[in-house]
Amino acid sequence: MLKALLKLTWLELKIFVREPMGVIGTIGIPVVVFLIASRLLGPRIARTAIQTGGGPGSAVLPVLASILMALSAISSLVTIISIYREGGILKRLRATPLSPTVILSAHVLVKLIFTILTLAIMVLLGRRYFPPGAPVPLFSYAVALTFTTWAILSIGFFIASIVPTARFAQPLAAIILYPMIVVSGLFFPVSVLPQWMQVAARALPLGYAVSLLDGIWRGQGWTSHLGDVAALTLFFLAFTAISSRMFRWE
Amino acid sequence: MTPIIRVSGIRKTYGKTVAVDDVSFEVEEGEIFGLIGPNGAGKTTTMECVEGLRRPDRGSISVLSLDPIRDARRLQQKVGVQLQQAQLQKRINVSEAVDLWASLYPRAVDGDALLERLGLADKRKAWFMTLSGGQKQRLFIALALIHDPDVVLLDELTTGLDPQARRAIWDLVREIRTRGKTVLLTTHLMEEAERLCDRVAIVERGRVIDIGTPAGLVRKHCQNEAVVLETTDASASHRFESIPGVESVTWQNNQCTIRGRGGDLVTHVIQCLAEHRIQVTNFKTELPNLEDVFLTLTGHSIRE
Repeated sequence: MLKALLKLTWLELKIFVREPMGVIGTIGIPVVVFLIASRLLGPRIARTAIQTGGGPGSAVLPVLASILMALSAISSLVTIISIYREGGILKRLRATPLSPTVILSAHVLVKLIFTILTLAIMVLLGRRYFPPGAPVPLFSYAVALTFTTWAILSIGFFIASIVPTARFAQPLAAIILYPMIVVSGLFFPVSVLPQWMQVAARALPLGYAVSLLDGIWRGQGWTSHLGDVAALTLFFLAFTAISSRMFRWE
Repeated sequence: MTPIIRVSGIRKTYGKTVAVDDVSFEVEEGEIFGLIGPNGAGKTTTMECVEGLRRPDRGSISVLSLDPIRDARRLQQKVGVQLQQAQLQKRINVSEAVDLWASLYPRAVDGDALLERLGLADKRKAWFMTLSGGQKQRLFIALALIHDPDVVLLDELTTGLDPQARRAIWDLVREIRTRGKTVLLTTHLMEEAERLCDRVAIVERGRVIDIGTPAGLVRKHCQNEAVVLETTDASASHRFESIPGVESVTWQNNQCTIRGRGGDLVTHVIQCLAEHRIQVTNFKTELPNLEDVFLTLTGHSIRE
């Protein structure tokens, strides 16, 4: 089955690259937005802290870019799955020895590969906008980003399970996902938000994602973010369990 | 001999809609068996139960003495399927699809040779989205045959194809039979059933109305035949009326329609023409076919 997973992942990767708009949307837009924002605000933001968890040297820009990448990965996953379902591609795959897990895993792997690729390009091109001073633990950050994306991609399974047609997939994903950024602590510390929004922030995965990414970027150790890791893992398990019950192949 | 596919009294409902009410049939080794009937009759639901994609509410199904749902993994190795209105990824190319499918089974035939046989050799690098309807269907046949299955299930194989592509597909299905495989297919095209199937089950409103060879069903249910000819011979009328089995003779200008029952009407008319040296300028027969059988059995046309 591992052979089938690798084969399918490689194939889906090739198929994805064949659609220029998809590649531009996935890699190009986050990179360009990141570069423009860095050029305009980079040095200032890199130095003056917007309080995320407190402490100097906030990582708001790279974390924002990372979260946007993760969200766009989710919305792309949702779109692909709903197109595959609507077109009967899922149904045709289901009538083969391929298991559903393999099919979904292949798509998740493709998304993770592109996420890491985008991160690498951003780091290479964005290097000059940030003062050399504090070295960023890039390897750790890449691991954190992969883990975070993987965990919140499970929201994608969930949306893909409930969305009726491909036409609604993208807008529905946007409506569910983007408001989450408001309570993620990325722009305003969670503590200044109204009470109900703080509750929402605790119930949604993005706050934990931001806290983990921000901490790792600023050189904190994994041990100080075990809570975030645990919360994200819980979200992954919960959403995966719900969607495996609700998932429709056609 | 045990049948290859045995469907006994299955029923399947979706909410209040009864998709399949009571369907039973058996498919013998090496035959092409067709489920025929209008759209919505329950053919595809029946097929999907045989494929193991749906579980019937009642009744039982065995394929090669295995249960389509419980033994799904073992059956996947022995059964090839082509689903109604299936698609592949838009930008997957033909040989990638065949390679992927081949890698999923422990045993697979040579993909290139298969594409050659199906006339897709020059399309190997073409994206799925660029293929014509007939080419897509041939690719789906290739995917159904890639693991050399004993049983092939084909659902509405030629729907939406032009007559030429349709005939090419029919030849391919006959070739599958000559390789000793058993084929179960569904179609709402009576011509397809008559030309392709060894036996058919007529399905209407979720039930099987009758099963038999196409010719046998026609003999059994429709014995009305007609000969239409053109002649200026005024004496012909009463001669035709005395032909045994003739029920009516009607004229419209010089065109005469002779209707009758029994299989010998055409022979009798020809004998009569020869015997009385009646000159005709046109001659054609109107023989019943499966469409007429369907009309007789259900009281409505299959196209309605």
